[in-house]
Amino acid sequence: MSAVTVFVPKDAAAVSVGADDVAIALSQEAQSRGIEINLIRNGSRGLLWLEPLVEVETSSGRFAFGPVSVSDISGLFDAGFLSGGDHDLGHGLTEEIPYLANQERLTFARCGVIDPLDLTAYESHGGLVGLKKALERESSAIVEDVTVSGLRGRGGAGFPAGIKWETVRKESADQKYICCNADEGDSGTFADRMLMEGDPFTLLEGMVIAGRAVGADTGYIYIRSEYPHAIRALNEAISIFEQANLLGQNILGSGLAFTIHIRIGGGAYICGEESSMLESLEGKRGQVRAKPPIPAISGLFGKPTVVNNVLTLATVPYVLASGGKTYSEYGQGKSRGTQPFQLAGDIARGGLVEKAFGVTLRELVEGFGGGTRSGRPVRTAQVGGPLGAYIPETAFNVDMDYESLAESGAMLGHGGVVVFNESVDMARQARFAMEFCEIESCGKCTPCRIGSVRGKETLDKIIVGEDLEKNLAVLDDLCVLMTDGSLCAMGGLTPMPVTSALKHFPEDFGLARQAAE
Amino acid sequence: MVESVPEPDENRTVLQLCQDYGSRPENLVEILHAVQARDGYLSDDSLRDIAACLNLTRAEVHGVVSFYHDFRRAPSGKTVVKICLAEACQAVGCDALKEHAMQALSTGVGTTSSDGAVSLEPVYCLGNCALGPAVMVNGDLHGRVTPEKLDSLVSGADS
Repeated sequence: MSAVTVFVPKDAAAVSVGADDVAIALSQEAQSRGIEINLIRNGSRGLLWLEPLVEVETSSGRFAFGPVSVSDISGLFDAGFLSGGDHDLGHGLTEEIPYLANQERLTFARCGVIDPLDLTAYESHGGLVGLKKALERESSAIVEDVTVSGLRGRGGAGFPAGIKWETVRKESADQKYICCNADEGDSGTFADRMLMEGDPFTLLEGMVIAGRAVGADTGYIYIRSEYPHAIRALNEAISIFEQANLLGQNILGSGLAFTIHIRIGGGAYICGEESSMLESLEGKRGQVRAKPPIPAISGLFGKPTVVNNVLTLATVPYVLASGGKTYSEYGQGKSRGTQPFQLAGDIARGGLVEKAFGVTLRELVEGFGGGTRSGRPVRTAQVGGPLGAYIPETAFNVDMDYESLAESGAMLGHGGVVVFNESVDMARQARFAMEFCEIESCGKCTPCRIGSVRGKETLDKIIVGEDLEKNLAVLDDLCVLMTDGSLCAMGGLTPMPVTSALKHFPEDFGLARQAAE
Repeated sequence: MVESVPEPDENRTVLQLCQDYGSRPENLVEILHAVQARDGYLSDDSLRDIAACLNLTRAEVHGVVSFYHDFRRAPSGKTVVKICLAEACQAVGCDALKEHAMQALSTGVGTTSSDGAVSLEPVYCLGNCALGPAVMVNGDLHGRVTPEKLDSLVSGADS
């Protein structure tokens, strides 16, 4: 019998619940039983509640077992799991698990499927098709395809990628840059991390295509220091790409030159804001820049720069390979394509769900997520990170796309969904939003720097019921000022969680619920 | 010029570390990471040498050092426990875990225990939001951390 292939993820989340120990124990157990296995450390499938998720390759497909702990391994061998045998931890064929089967995996097609650093597997699963097409085309045709796809910035702002690229392409300059924003600081989000660990070549391929499209020969990936696993994966992926002539001075003999450098952040949330990130890349304090000029015209070191999120750039290879039109057939309205949603917080089945825009929040939280992990009723979900709105459970029928969320006073952000149960105190959450802004404000503009401190102090007074009416008026005033007067989204959006909490959960602030509600 | 991730190298002087990065001011953040990886923190002497090497004022270097949460001006405890206090972990009880950690480790958040054994640091998101509460102990990420698990992680890191 030839060696059976067994997959154990090396994704940081899987490792955080024991995947490394499971991988070691599996190898030892196989050895002691005289069974030869071929152990592959893949990325995560994103079914994080099942991690460590062990998969076994059989003639009928890959069988999933999870969550596996070291103490389960002997029993798994006894049950014949290497040929897909029945076991309490068994979930049948991985691809048929409803959580995965009901997704539309375009950006994450390979994540969790292959060894992230196996270039041959990458190619046999559709990798490099987009790049090769791009190398044969005019730069304007590449940008056109990205424009047709409707792909918008997945970092949170949702600006059309094609328009940004066209602006940079049209600039004439001696130097242009592609900067990948991998400073994924929003609580409740981990899609960038999963992709960089699970399919780093896709990101690199997307950056080379971007370089080709706009005429840039240098790329930077600005990655947060909190992601050591992703940093390691990307460093290895870059050297593999260099050795394979997919980065360098003459990529695949096409004459195209492109190099990628990694830069590590310093633990500052604000550096996820694009101009702050550019300052940090220049070795400075990460203070935001006033716009205009926009980075597409004057970005890194004053040169025309594409700044895109990891997910935006990692979607580009699919767009080029399958055509912009194919990508645009997913989604609804002006929100085209798919969004990798991330289910987090108190949720039974937390993980990554890539779906076409338009899935409802309820389908995500109840359908995919299965409600709370604690078993207590869901009260609210914060969508879009620390600057996103708290949406009450009664409003979960909202469609998850840029426009529908905006209409209901919320935002998509980076696609994170953090679920809270009935025990949450919304006044404390509102206070935390201000406190977080106080801790992470870059300090450049007054509404954010001072407003957040005053907001926190005012909420402290509201929480103890001091001059409730007057302090609520002050809070309202502060929120308007921060929204209208801040230089960037940090101060400008901090009021969103505060006002949404106040609007939907007034009873937590000592107010009577409006009869109208 | 070396690429990004600084590996601790005790034998290289600050001057050499600066030269590894071309002594270029735009690599200041990288250089600070490299020096901190070597020493565990950024001393006054190191910052003075970096400023001289990059032709920056000490005030400029101080400005950068003080901006980023990662940089320390004093040695950390032997074990560094980073506890995530952001929303996704709040939803699954990180506040109670924080209270437990402060008691068990005899230290506050953002401080080092008086015997220098443990530093307890707040962090806002480790990207493990579906498996919270999340904690990082000496660079290793852990998920679904209960008070008991935290105790065993810290005592394991000690030995």
